[in-house]
Amino acid sequence: MMPDLGRYAFVVLGSYGASVTLIVGLVVLSFWQRARVKRALAEVEARQGKANG
Amino acid sequence: MSIWEYANPKKFMQTSAWALPWAIGLTVLCLCVGLIWGFFFTPDDYRQGSTVKIIYLHVPAAMMAINAWTMMLVTSLIWIVRRHHVSALAAKAAAPVGLTFTLIALVTGALWGQPMWGTWWAWDPRLTSFLILTLFYFGYIALWAAIEDPDTAADLTAILCLVGSAFALLSRYAVNFWNQGLHQGASLSLDKEENVSDVFWIPLVISIVGFVLLFVTLVLMRTRTEIRARRLSALLARERVA
Repeated sequence: MMPDLGRYAFVVLGSYGASVTLIVGLVVLSFWQRARVKRALAEVEARQGKANG
Repeated sequence: MSIWEYANPKKFMQTSAWALPWAIGLTVLCLCVGLIWGFFFTPDDYRQGSTVKIIYLHVPAAMMAINAWTMMLVTSLIWIVRRHHVSALAAKAAAPVGLTFTLIALVTGALWGQPMWGTWWAWDPRLTSFLILTLFYFGYIALWAAIEDPDTAADLTAILCLVGSAFALLSRYAVNFWNQGLHQGASLSLDKEENVSDVFWIPLVISIVGFVLLFVTLVLMRTRTEIRARRLSALLARERVA
């Protein structure tokens, strides 16, 4: 299944490894920031909703 | 219906909530098909050997690094002219995505360049203008983080974006402007002689579509986060005053 990359295996696999790492890192960071802000906003809205009756 | 309706944060949130699941699904599909096809099911190039498989990452990433800056330029201009907050926040949201694509293009370019050119790096016009574009991305993100008032930050980063556009343009056309250096011209061309071979072309186009969709998906998601963060700061400011 794995193609024979010959003497270029390091550069080809290195390229895919680095790219996947950077993309996954950005996606994880984006989801984490989304969850953090969403939670904080919900807390403040609930608090202010209670305060306003 | 006008495009300016989407400058309304509420309308943007509604529309993007509907579009986001589709965008995520299509992104995963195109990236998986394009990259798996390119990596596992394409032959080696007769001159470049298996390093040709890097094309499915390097070309789409480099393309999107420049296109991301172009999108930031358009949204920055909309901010400057029409003062729509969503456009300024979309530019802010796009910057880390563009930076990631720029880093992918630089890393894969260095890894590809070493066996083909015999060097990881050369002060070639395209490579140098791309490196400067990367520094502009870092500067743009740092400027947003450094200024507390969001409108002032949006104004100043918009100006920085206008200046950086010169290097985005140079990154794309440096090979044509200065006919020297190691980097080749465009891989995709309407000229059959210059275009990549058909066997590489289809997975490459699918990968490019995947990268475009990844950009759209992440920008939509991050813009939604920025809109929520802006609302959160407004509510907290109101709490402090009360």
